[in-house]
Amino acid sequence: MLEDLSHHILDIAENGVNAGAESIGVTFDDDGEFIRLTVRDNGRGMSEATARAVVDPFYTTRTERRVGLGLPFLKQLSELCGGEFLLSSAPGKGTTVSASFSKQCVDTPPPGDIPSTLLTLLVGHGHISWKYVHRVGKREFLLDSDELKDALGGGNPFTDPALAVGVKEYIAENIGELYM
Amino acid sequence: MTEEKKKIRSLDDLRKIKEKTGDLTSARSEVDKVKVIIGMGTCGIAAGAREIMNAVLKELEVRNLHNVAVETTGCIGMCQNEPLLDVIRPGEPRITYCAVTPPDVSRIVSEHIVNGRIVQDKLYGRAD
Repeated sequence: MLEDLSHHILDIAENGVNAGAESIGVTFDDDGEFIRLTVRDNGRGMSEATARAVVDPFYTTRTERRVGLGLPFLKQLSELCGGEFLLSSAPGKGTTVSASFSKQCVDTPPPGDIPSTLLTLLVGHGHISWKYVHRVGKREFLLDSDELKDALGGGNPFTDPALAVGVKEYIAENIGELYM
Repeated sequence: MTEEKKKIRSLDDLRKIKEKTGDLTSARSEVDKVKVIIGMGTCGIAAGAREIMNAVLKELEVRNLHNVAVETTGCIGMCQNEPLLDVIRPGEPRITYCAVTPPDVSRIVSEHIVNGRIVQDKLYGRAD
């Protein structure tokens, strides 16, 4: 099973990659009452009919685009956790998926290992512009993969294992500070 | 030793790592690199593929290996065998390992990536 929110973020972001997105924005917003995850991509998007169908776990046609259990899992979980699930998409424009979770609800999973999720996305898909915002109350941390690449001398710095491990620690430290 | 334990907090801290390792990576072209591909579909993620990615990067860092390109791929329809990890050494066939666990990763790195010996007990198959 996808055990925590960071696994869901990775899963939904991979959908954006498969939709041919050039840029993907991920937001983790903890306002004290709810946690809201948002993944926005500028990939090929879906028709209204497809967008309705992808949240059905028994929709298995893979000819049009890659569809799996990821979205139904996330929808079910957020609705179980007193939140709401929203999906908006337009062909040629991209897709936005958003799911919220009540922090009061015992079924709301922990955030999990977000630095590992982000590192996996950066290493696996370094050609994509990633923007990750982690917000706790009024404090936030922004990770911009383009900015990171520029700062580290261009190219795809995440393919260097020493740097990749360093980037993970950088993310962990900065997210950790938001909670202090 | 305390120097090494210093936390990485800023872009400047990352730049320092880059300065140390930068020259090693730039000298090699992509074709000379060993390719490692990890399945990162919903099935792979649920089976622990992200932890395999972590283990691979950590192992490469510890062993100071710079000639390896790590990639991810989506679901390839062998969900029951996830996590899947493929190794392609330059000029050699693509080797697929299945049900990989983090402890397997260090064996795959040392045996196969470094020494070219396939880890038979984790082997799923090969594609020529």
